[in-house]
Amino acid sequence: MLAMAPGIGAWGMVTGVAMVKGGLSVPLAVLMSFAVYAGSAQLAALPLLAAGAPMWVIWAAAFCVNLRFVIYSAQWRPYFGHLPLRQRMAFGYLAADLNLIAFQRAYPSGPQGPRREPGQIPYYLGGVAVLWSVWQGPSMLGIALANLVPTAWGLGFAGTLAMVGLTYGLLSDRSTWVAAVVAGTAAVAAFSLPLKLNIIVAIASAVAAGLLMDQADKASRRLRGNTR
Amino acid sequence: MNGSGDAAYVALTVAGLAIVTVITRSFFLLPEREVPIPDWLRRGLKVAPLAALTAVIVPEIVMTQGRLIDSWQDARLPAALAASVWYAWRPGVLGPLLAGLAVFLPLRLLWGW
Repeated sequence: MLAMAPGIGAWGMVTGVAMVKGGLSVPLAVLMSFAVYAGSAQLAALPLLAAGAPMWVIWAAAFCVNLRFVIYSAQWRPYFGHLPLRQRMAFGYLAADLNLIAFQRAYPSGPQGPRREPGQIPYYLGGVAVLWSVWQGPSMLGIALANLVPTAWGLGFAGTLAMVGLTYGLLSDRSTWVAAVVAGTAAVAAFSLPLKLNIIVAIASAVAAGLLMDQADKASRRLRGNTR
Repeated sequence: MNGSGDAAYVALTVAGLAIVTVITRSFFLLPEREVPIPDWLRRGLKVAPLAALTAVIVPEIVMTQGRLIDSWQDARLPAALAASVWYAWRPGVLGPLLAGLAVFLPLRLLWGW
């Protein structure tokens, strides 16, 4: 995991700068970094916050950006499922993407599937401590440095640029491309809606388009005679 | 976002975002018994995060104050293009970001785009 530290650190620093240049005061940026602890959701929330979007729109957008964690949480279940609820919540909350990747590499599931072993929880906690520090430290540095950079530089745009690579990484096949084009177009076309509802409209239309594409693919495969 | 009322509003929004992190990261750890992941969630997962990110960034790149930008002399367009070209060459997050900034900052600071 330490091999990834420079990348994570740089990413944390950009998020720190983007929060302050995106219009948050320093205390609020610090609060966001420590409390939210989810880089892409933080970055996605910034333009919406700056535009004065209602809370529920910001929360809904962050929820969508974070959906991958919902799936990851199921993968933690074999290891944490026996713990009390509070501990399960705390362990889930602290588990970022890289924690799961490192954990699954350290404890590959055998032929009977994943199983509990002594030492797993200390390993997990150690990984959390490393990743948390490697993220929060540079994030604080970014928040501090952002105040030295004049606003005229437009560094808030760094947050948007940081999301460009993330977004491309999610494009895998035709239905995801179609969904992205639909989401982008709808977000621009519906921009004049009040309350930043264009974001919600864009997500809803893109999910509908993506599901339609999947259905159409399935149907065309059925017509060609090879079911699955 | 300057007044103290605004600060309280933003703080509340941020607190809600923290709850979003807790809920999404511990979602299937919350029930006492194991719950299978429903199929619609798996399919929704493929598209919803992508849709949310695209919906946020595209207007940030091509719009100013609620209108499509009407000039090519805007540093954001070449910056986004540079980030995209970099991504096509070497996929990742940091590379495209730095490539985009390398185009964005000179255009903005020297040419005032």
